Amino acid sequence: MSFFAKRWIEANIAISFLREGRMQSLMITVGVAVGVAVIVFITALIQGLQANIIERTLGTQAHIRLLSPDEVNKIAPVAAGTLQLVLEDKRAQRLRSINNWQQVEATLDQLPLLTAVSPTVSGPAFVRRGNALESVVLVGIDLERYQKIIPLAEYLVSGQLRVGADDVLIGSQLAKDLGVRLGSKLRLETGQQNNTVVNISGIFELGVRELDSRYVYLDLKQAQSLLSLPGGVTVIDLTVEDIFTAEEIAEQVARLTSLKAESWIVTNAQLMNALSAQSLSTNMIIVFVAISVAFGIASVLSVSVVQRTREIGILRATGATQQQILNIFLFQGAFFGLLGSGFGSVASYALVWVFNTFGPDLFYIPVSGNLVFMALLLATFTGVLAAAIPSRRAAALDPVVAIRYV
Amino acid sequence: MFDKSQQVLRLEALRKSYNIDQPNEIEVLHGIDLTIGRSDFAALIGPSGSGKSTLLNLLGLLDKPTSGELYLQGKPTRAMEDNQLTAMRGSNIGFVFQFHHLISAFSVLDNVLMPLMLAHGKPNKLAIEKARELLVAVGLEKFIHSKPGQLSGGQQQRVAIARALITDPPLLLADEPTGNLDTRTAAEVFELFRKVNKERGCAILLVTHDPRLSAACDRTINLVDGRIESDT
Repeated sequence: MSFFAKRWIEANIAISFLREGRMQSLMITVGVAVGVAVIVFITALIQGLQANIIERTLGTQAHIRLLSPDEVNKIAPVAAGTLQLVLEDKRAQRLRSINNWQQVEATLDQLPLLTAVSPTVSGPAFVRRGNALESVVLVGIDLERYQKIIPLAEYLVSGQLRVGADDVLIGSQLAKDLGVRLGSKLRLETGQQNNTVVNISGIFELGVRELDSRYVYLDLKQAQSLLSLPGGVTVIDLTVEDIFTAEEIAEQVARLTSLKAESWIVTNAQLMNALSAQSLSTNMIIVFVAISVAFGIASVLSVSVVQRTREIGILRATGATQQQILNIFLFQGAFFGLLGSGFGSVASYALVWVFNTFGPDLFYIPVSGNLVFMALLLATFTGVLAAAIPSRRAAALDPVVAIRYV
Repeated sequence: MFDKSQQVLRLEALRKSYNIDQPNEIEVLHGIDLTIGRSDFAALIGPSGSGKSTLLNLLGLLDKPTSGELYLQGKPTRAMEDNQLTAMRGSNIGFVFQFHHLISAFSVLDNVLMPLMLAHGKPNKLAIEKARELLVAVGLEKFIHSKPGQLSGGQQQRVAIARALITDPPLLLADEPTGNLDTRTAAEVFELFRKVNKERGCAILLVTHDPRLSAACDRTINLVDGRIESDT
């Protein structure tokens, strides 16, 4: 007899038992459905939330920043057997250019791992208007390349996206602090006695107050001369396809270029911590809900084994093997899991729809088919697992005793 | 068709004890020797506690003897694994119990087909046809698609007999098959056993308390205190 022919009768008996104990089956199915709905909804919610947070964070940052390695004191080696005591002052890290950055850029452009490469020069400056003085960060960019790192066009609130020839972009908060608008003139002063007057060609709003009140985007060449780094860049910004591989790719790029590479994962360690703590708590909820669902299924089946003792005896007397009895109850567990998770998934779709439609409207939760598929699989597996103990008991029943059971 | 002199079942010095190696160990059957032939229509009688049910369970391979050997269709069964015993039981023995023991979730037809479905999976047309014929033979063609709960006690017992016969077993074991039926229905069921024995060449062993029933059988095996006292 083929494998499927055997399973056919087992599945059939399992279904008949479930249909006969309709009320019991209904209640446990609802129980499983509620559990699965909670799991799917919470998972979707947290996934949506985290994706949203990461998207917002990375909307204003490069995935990887390449910097010159820190300057360190070179300490003269000493003869063997000599104890050297060193009192060392760390060196101040001056603004300096990445060595040979054009070649580095050309090399990185060839790397398929990276989706964008943008050299920038950035350094401190003051903006003066009348008596008002604000400290800012000058960011000299190649607009075309930089757009692939941070889509400035999306953040532009007024004016034009244009840098170069004394045209600069400033943040909305800075504009407010200085009381300037499009076309106004600003005086930029750097510590290197390089002062210049620029036009405001556009105002952007990144949504992060610190950046909106500090960043001044200007042309790469103008920034180089203002910061006394002619021809140099201080940072090369990179983006990658899969943001969660940023750290590994950063390490690779660091080895390749012998520059210091910082991934967003490292620079946002706090955020990553928060996200992983959140994931952990979500997983805890999932595990505990799954456990309680499993116990629910197990207890219903335990009762069912007792109720069906006599029928188990009859089946054994009419030719059912222990394995077949075992499978009948495993099937019941699987059906509870499958049926419950089916309804639960539908319910979770409804919950998500309600949240997306009437919720706080902060972010959108997508529910992937993959998540539902995983939930179905997990619940069915849990059902089988939960059925294991009652099924073994059913299979182990002595047919002589079972058949006389009233 | 079948050889009337063929042995279906042979018991050699069969013993059965309960609570082995415990202070309350008790031997219920003290060495039973018995042979049942293909054409036998026998009654197993005896007072309560004589070991009738124990013997029946052993004959039906539902339980294992403590010592001795049981040959079913000439094959020794004591050393068999549970799966082999189940297969032997499924193909060679039909059971009819006192409380008819049908599975309430299935229709009458499916109940009759159950032994075949358990052994071979989804029944084919031939099997279904055979089940129908059996139900016609026991006079229940009208109730093929009913659930057992909708049938009377006598009708349910007839379904159980049809189920026991679906695998064409050489041996039918019946434990108090008329025990909770009224006299007229009991007589009908008994006649059905007669018919089965004669037409299908199926050895029949009835366990009964009812002296009228045992008197109507061809052979009476009297079990007293775990020994066969008479076999006529």
